[in-house]
Amino acid sequence: MSTPLQPATLHRAQAVGSELPPRTGLGLKTEHFQTVLETRPDLGFFEVHAENYMVAGGPFHHYLGLIREQYPLSLHGVGLSIGAEGPLDKEHLKRLAVLIERYQPQSFSEHLAWSTHGPVFLNDLLPLAYDHATLQRVCEHVDQVQSTLKRPMLLENPATYLQFQRSTLDEADFISEIIHRTGCGLLLDVNNVYVSSINHQRDPLAYIESLPLHAVGEIHLAGFAEDTDNLGDRLLIDDHGAPIDQAVWALYQQVLDKIGPMATLIERDNQLPAFAVLLAEAGQAEELLKQAEVRA
Amino acid sequence: MSDQASFSAALLDLQRPCPAGLCSRNGADPASRFAVYRNNVQSSLINALADSYPVVKALVGEDFFRAMASLYVQHFPPISPILNDYGQDFGSFIQGFSPAASVPYLADMARLERLRINAYHAADATPLSPEQIGVYLAAPETLNTLQVHLHPSVAVLNSSHAVVSLWEAHQGEGQLEQVDPTQAEAALVLRLHWQVEVFRIDIGTLVFIQSLQNDCPLELALAYAYDASAAFDPSHALALLIRYSAITHLHPEQKARP
Repeated sequence: MSTPLQPATLHRAQAVGSELPPRTGLGLKTEHFQTVLETRPDLGFFEVHAENYMVAGGPFHHYLGLIREQYPLSLHGVGLSIGAEGPLDKEHLKRLAVLIERYQPQSFSEHLAWSTHGPVFLNDLLPLAYDHATLQRVCEHVDQVQSTLKRPMLLENPATYLQFQRSTLDEADFISEIIHRTGCGLLLDVNNVYVSSINHQRDPLAYIESLPLHAVGEIHLAGFAEDTDNLGDRLLIDDHGAPIDQAVWALYQQVLDKIGPMATLIERDNQLPAFAVLLAEAGQAEELLKQAEVRA
Repeated sequence: MSDQASFSAALLDLQRPCPAGLCSRNGADPASRFAVYRNNVQSSLINALADSYPVVKALVGEDFFRAMASLYVQHFPPISPILNDYGQDFGSFIQGFSPAASVPYLADMARLERLRINAYHAADATPLSPEQIGVYLAAPETLNTLQVHLHPSVAVLNSSHAVVSLWEAHQGEGQLEQVDPTQAEAALVLRLHWQVEVFRIDIGTLVFIQSLQNDCPLELALAYAYDASAAFDPSHALALLIRYSAITHLHPEQKARP
């Protein structure tokens, strides 16, 4: 059975850009529409990829409408290409505005990445050079998103596999400056932090500590795949296709120690297991959230 | 070339070298790390096509499908972040893809699977009930000039191959070995109760539905259908549309006034 979803136990002002309850959520998969409606799992919210719902009608809207009546919703974009060199796609922004009007999500988030070049959509979250010109452009794009959608957004820290010679800023400083200048919130993807930290030999906790944690409005947890580069060093890939790694759980717990309970999404987009398996993982996160609430 | 232009070009063109200006903290060859992005782009788009065209994939096998899809991705990458729309012209690409020529019905199977996806996501519309439709059909003075609006999910496909039977055989309906692929078939695709249905229809019914979709009034649509096939059965065609809730609006043709 569903329990009340009010964020009554928040110990501090809700972060900008999110009215999600400080509980666990799952990505809503089409395979699970019926199960969710029939079993009403005790979850804090669902998250959907905005682009999947940019269709005229049919089952996606039908089921999302029914599920939205029961649960808070996080709308997560994967195609806005905020880091693109070119201008933002105004048509795409309009489509986002329509979805937000229709579903009234408790948060809207996008990535610090680019995914389009000219008209071509590359369907991946591609890395940025962290310099002042890029910073300026990303801030302008975030401003444009927030003024068009008339709400603050959450920006997600990326998982990256390489770096740019012309970068002059640390990623955490780059993100902090965007948040400072635009007033957007932070979607702290703990898996991305871990993946990037291994790939770029950084200390994940030091990275997290140098982010503006007051601005966190949602946390993402996911699993990664293991690869190696040409030197044989570990190269982790953010594939959302595995259970959450123990190292990521540990890092998550450290984050909760610092910021208290926070809306947390379990992301699983590939190698989708049975819904019960995802629920068990969500339960594990929920347990840590409860412990964090006691400590707070 | 800008950073993102060269990055983007090298993601799509597997012959291009790794873009300049990249590095890794441990000193690894950036190409070994750029490969992750290239693989993400290629494989995620190929997977999107594989999800959209399961019967095409089954007909040619996983390896052939992925090789064919890879070429499509490289030459025709998506031009919209809405991946549900990606691959609208995959059927036409297959038609011109000579290694697939030995499976002459492959292109039409892709077209049928595309119509199914389009029907799945088509706009919603409330169908007329059989009783409401009955009232119009019982009014002889306006019957011939009736405009019949069909549900946005309705689509037809005319194939010189047995695409419907082949498609059904891949859904566990009928034996694949017993299908004669050279038999011409026409398909009706529509969405009912949030599911997409595929029906085998005769050529007269196909022309009838196409004519209605082109805003022909009922009398004219019937005439075109008879032209296409003397065996056309109008009551059967109308009953099919009514039974599957495919009629959303009926009204007498508005004559333009001088």
